[in-house]
Amino acid sequence: MPSSNHNVDFLLLQMTESLRKLLIDKQISDPLFIGIRSGGIWIAEKLHANLQINEPLGTLDISFYRDDFTRIGLDPKVQPSKLPSSTQQRHIILVDDVIKTGRTIRAALNELFDYGRPASVTLVALLDLGCRELPISADITGSCLSLNTDQHIKLIGPEPLELKITQRPGSE
Amino acid sequence: MIKITNGRLIDPANDLDTITDLYLDLGVVTAIGAQPAEFDDTTATTIDASGKIVCPGLIDLSVHLREPGYTHKASIASETKAAASAGITTVVCPPTTKPVIDSTAVAELIQDRANACGKAKVLPVGALSLDLQGEKLAPMSALANSGCIAFSNARATIGNSQALLRCLEYAATHDFLVIFNPQDNSLVANGVLHEGSTSTNMGLTGIPEAAETIEVARSLILIEQSGVRAHFGQLSCERSISMITQARSKGLPVTADVAIAHFFFTDENAKGFNSMFHLQPPLRSQLDRAGLLNALVTGEIQAICSDHQPHEEAAKHAPFAATEAGISGLETLLPLGLQLVEQGLIDLPQLIEKLTCAPAKILNIAAGSLAVGDSADITIFDQNHRWLLEHDSLVSAGKNTPLIGSELTGRVTHTLLAGHLVYSL
Amino acid sequence: MIESIDHNSSQLNASGQLKHFLTTEDLSATLLNEILDTANSFLDMSSQQVKKVPLLRGKTVVNLFFEPSTRTSSTFELAAKRLSADVLNLNISSSSTSKGESLKDTLMTLEAMHADMFVVRHPDSGAAHFIANQVTPNIAVINAGDGRHAHPTQAMLDMLTIKRCKGGFSGLVVAIVGDILHSRVARSQIHALRTLGVAEIRVIAPKTLIPKDIESMGVKVYTDMQQGIKDCDVVGMLRLQKERMNSALLPSESEFFKLYGLDSEKLKLAKPDAIVMHPGPINRGVEIESAVADGPQSTILQQVTNGIAVRMAVMSMAISGQLNSSVQRQYQ
Repeated sequence: MPSSNHNVDFLLLQMTESLRKLLIDKQISDPLFIGIRSGGIWIAEKLHANLQINEPLGTLDISFYRDDFTRIGLDPKVQPSKLPSSTQQRHIILVDDVIKTGRTIRAALNELFDYGRPASVTLVALLDLGCRELPISADITGSCLSLNTDQHIKLIGPEPLELKITQRPGSE
Repeated sequence: MIKITNGRLIDPANDLDTITDLYLDLGVVTAIGAQPAEFDDTTATTIDASGKIVCPGLIDLSVHLREPGYTHKASIASETKAAASAGITTVVCPPTTKPVIDSTAVAELIQDRANACGKAKVLPVGALSLDLQGEKLAPMSALANSGCIAFSNARATIGNSQALLRCLEYAATHDFLVIFNPQDNSLVANGVLHEGSTSTNMGLTGIPEAAETIEVARSLILIEQSGVRAHFGQLSCERSISMITQARSKGLPVTADVAIAHFFFTDENAKGFNSMFHLQPPLRSQLDRAGLLNALVTGEIQAICSDHQPHEEAAKHAPFAATEAGISGLETLLPLGLQLVEQGLIDLPQLIEKLTCAPAKILNIAAGSLAVGDSADITIFDQNHRWLLEHDSLVSAGKNTPLIGSELTGRVTHTLLAGHLVYSL
Repeated sequence: MIESIDHNSSQLNASGQLKHFLTTEDLSATLLNEILDTANSFLDMSSQQVKKVPLLRGKTVVNLFFEPSTRTSSTFELAAKRLSADVLNLNISSSSTSKGESLKDTLMTLEAMHADMFVVRHPDSGAAHFIANQVTPNIAVINAGDGRHAHPTQAMLDMLTIKRCKGGFSGLVVAIVGDILHSRVARSQIHALRTLGVAEIRVIAPKTLIPKDIESMGVKVYTDMQQGIKDCDVVGMLRLQKERMNSALLPSESEFFKLYGLDSEKLKLAKPDAIVMHPGPINRGVEIESAVADGPQSTILQQVTNGIAVRMAVMSMAISGQLNSSVQRQYQ
């Protein structure tokens, strides 16, 4: 699949518009943007800028909340999560680059709730790769894509943002 | 009647190193070389020693038999059997049994048990003071009559110099040998490893060299004053040897031995808290090890011993400082000795001398020699035999040696005690 | 044939990750920094409403203390609880387990309770190594202080304090003051500081409290506090046990304080922005003057906070390192 179909900047413009509309529909005036490390932060930064929101962006590192810790252990590159203000009663726009199994989002939601009880959480993802293992879906996605099992997609960034599909040998 | 044929007979006491035959009868050597007329070939047993070394049975100056008192560790039966398998026909047993060897009953009990086992000759060392307490004299004369070969207070050093002097004077009165294991216990305190960079790094309480050297110095002065026959057993510091050598050069007839582990290991081997390297005296620094090896080469160390200290599993199975000190050493004495030969430090006859006639001379006993008429205590070994030391193949009840799993070179094939075959491979 | 006998229990798994944490010695700067970075992430967690992560949910941590220490034991307990582990605190008088076999029995009993981690404090140097060698594979052992040998989590919380206050380690001059002889903290600090690349490590004490050949660990020895503290960036004070007076190591507490206690006057000799650390609990007026302990240069309270984060980091890393290391790490 040629990557030109997935021009990130173009997708981001589409997503910005959808998000703007959604916020109006839901009557959300002061959303709190939170990106999931690391691709989600880059996407969130773009949307954040496009929508001209002043409040700083939050970042989540979900390493401490992963459900596969007992299988693969701790990420040695773990970094602190940084949320700008209380999440209590806030409307949160949770942003990730790719949604696949839904497990990352599950972990992110758990972590988010440890910071307080948000009023709502809206999920935004650049790409939806299907293959869901949990009942989670994004409110807004840039595009859907289905990959062969030996294919892997990665968001390269932060500047310029680019999607790269690689073939990889062997199993995960 | 036994005939040992074609072996290389090395008998340093008689300055012999030749391939020859040995004829034994009634527990003694009856002829070397030519077969005596009265030797009856038809009833004799022949041991083919081709390619092997035949030498006097080894004499080990320090073997803790653990009986009586510590039979959960080992017994006279188990350890004399181990000695026989290691080519050791005479073992000297320190007085640190429970009760200590300060009564004729204990001295005789040990020898009776050993005789009943018939695997090795056991020579008990009597306590120098009653119960090793350093206060009252032990009944040395009676103990000597009951077979005690020497007297020692072991590592229960007599701190009161007047008491020690009296012990030495009394021993000198009877011309008894006194064996010193020099150690100032106030400097040892609760130390468990040589005091130096390794003990500092590991956070283990150190035993300074001064704990040994200060006691060597004090002992030498009192030996000189009392005129007692004296031997220093199991030294660990280069400085101790040089002080003793100096005393000897001034005419004091003192001798010294070193436990063989101290020629091979240092405090650094204990890194990682391997309790097998917890010894008393402790393994010292590289410099000390080099000094001991040098003294071995120059002949300042007269004898080598195993300082065999068998332990039950649990004694070594704890954090380092909580473990008991000592190596199970009988069965590695000869192989390690042969490694010193292999390294070119001493030659084979010199090694055999330090394991046979030299300790015999220190103890002033008729052993360690294979002249016609001498007791037929004989060790035959293959100096090139390579073998793996394994936990289950150790004969000693004590499996506490860091050498388990190591390949050793040199193995005893036959041991004869007073003409009886007590071990064959 | 005999030269290669060494019996060192590794605290790393085949992929070089921590599986036990026994000592700071022989660990790479990368790994030490990984501990500090992970700890840093846990520090930021304190802004959460729920100060807890589910990382060790369902795991059982046993605090095995053969030597009383309420402080260390409770920070480990708190750290384990913040990782959602279940915690069992056992205080065992070491007299009842002085023999190896009974220590082994204790361990076997606890293993049968399916413990996943032992946090061990023991009066004997090397006890943590011994226990790590005894336990069945997949149980992590964290050394919470063994004899005079090591107290690696205390050293790492000090490293975290230095890193957060000074931004890094290069060029720093660090002085460690007090009872070096009996201090497992000093030994662990020295190994960590060397690996992390400080410019100079000094130890300051009277000769009775300096262990033999400590220079071989890469430190400079000062017996004069005024000289030793001069131009230091970090002053690490050690706790002085009262027993030392009775064993002819020191004449009196007041003389020790006069010569080696940290007061404002002596602290002036260090760099103006020097920080003062102390592992606690403090003997005010023995090692350190109250004005200094409570002063602006003191990091003593930060150290306590950092201690929880560091313990959370090594606990999660060691559990992680016990997991099958052959599984490739995978991220989305």
